[in-house]
Amino acid sequence: MNTDLETQKPRAALGLLSGGLDSILATRLLLDQGIRVECVNFHTGFCIQGHTGAMRNPEPGAKPARHDALHAAQLLGIKLHMIDIAEEYVKIVTNPKHGYGSNLNPCLDCKIFMVAKAWALKEQLGFDFIFTGEVLGQRPMSQRRDNLPHIEREAGVEGWLLRPLCALRLPPTEPEKRGWVDRQQLKGFSGRGRKDQMALAKQFGLRDYPSPAGGCCFLTDVNYSRKLQDLWHFRADRAYTIEDIVLLKAGRHLRPTPRFKVIVGRDETENNFLAGFRAGRWSMQAVELAGPLVLVEGHPDAEDLALACRLTARFGQGRHLAEVQVSIEGPGQQEMRLVTPLPAAEIPPEWYI
Amino acid sequence: MMADRVCPLVLSATDPQPDVVLDARRLLCPMPIMRAEATIREMPSGAVLAVWATDPGLAQDLPAWCASHGHQFLGIKEQGRERIGWVVKG
Ligand code: SF4
Repeated sequence: MNTDLETQKPRAALGLLSGGLDSILATRLLLDQGIRVECVNFHTGFCIQGHTGAMRNPEPGAKPARHDALHAAQLLGIKLHMIDIAEEYVKIVTNPKHGYGSNLNPCLDCKIFMVAKAWALKEQLGFDFIFTGEVLGQRPMSQRRDNLPHIEREAGVEGWLLRPLCALRLPPTEPEKRGWVDRQQLKGFSGRGRKDQMALAKQFGLRDYPSPAGGCCFLTDVNYSRKLQDLWHFRADRAYTIEDIVLLKAGRHLRPTPRFKVIVGRDETENNFLAGFRAGRWSMQAVELAGPLVLVEGHPDAEDLALACRLTARFGQGRHLAEVQVSIEGPGQQEMRLVTPLPAAEIPPEWYI
Repeated sequence: MMADRVCPLVLSATDPQPDVVLDARRLLCPMPIMRAEATIREMPSGAVLAVWATDPGLAQDLPAWCASHGHQFLGIKEQGRERIGWVVKG
């Protein structure tokens, strides 16, 4: 066991655990060296975990929704610190110093921010160093060779961030130089392939880990990013609230005019989910006919609300009827309206965000 | 400590009697677990926390969180869109 000679306590490392295979393997490599490991997982508000499962009816045969990092921690037998950074994270998303990746993912700024946060927690818990499951060259932005040292420098942790999966391709870190970690037992993985990781997983007897295709956050998703861009554009402000970013994950979004957009529930579970956001907004639903709950976002005028009611009828079971009764509820008011469902031909594709 | 909310799912005499009921309905994963963590921090060891949620992930996540944090998972009960899970603080 790797111990602190003065206190005889095992060396302790704090890892960033996403719950994906790489972070699981990095943790296992250190645990196998007798290092005491705990991990941290940050909640940014954009994490994909289980959200869609909670909002929509699950696909038949789908795995039950779960939080990957929590399950990885259970699998590894370690403690996981779950920290909510959503509020502070706004400034990373709205104004990233290093710009965005292919969508609205500010990966480099995000990594720097999380590493700095993990370091602060490591100090608070009295651990010796921090580590991540990064693999050199695996991701275009945050895992490029020239960006890795940059992350540590900007986060103020130079020499103290160990990357067990690709350590052999990087200069030795302090924990290695001081003999706390045996460099020979670390790996030199690189590139986008997963072969080395799969082989190591097999060696460790690991089977139940999430597929890498799952993705780690909504900001890398092209459809989600388009909706966030639309929100910023029509508000003329890049700020957002947690409620805003949660609502971007649910329903069909259509913007008929710059003044408003509608969010249309796609099934009963999503309708129920959207119903929790009615306060302070206009909402509508067809009466006695199956169909969506529709939320209206923005500053609609009377004509806009009439159009939103027709859209509500359009997306429900009454779409082929001459008239549909729609219940409309807004701040302090409620009424019934008889409307003609909007024909499909009158919904231009550019309304869909 | 007394339950701060009455949860309609705690009906049967065989259900664990919670010291605190956390209303985490409508919160999405991982917020029910994060709220549970904040709540249990204020509770004495041995006290029972009931987490009342709509997020379906609770069934998987509550036992995993208990295992990771040294709490005892007592079980979970589902009714319609709601579920309640019980935890004894370790
Ligand atoms: S994908 Fe999302 S969470 Fe992951 S580094 Fe990029 S911005 Fe951060």
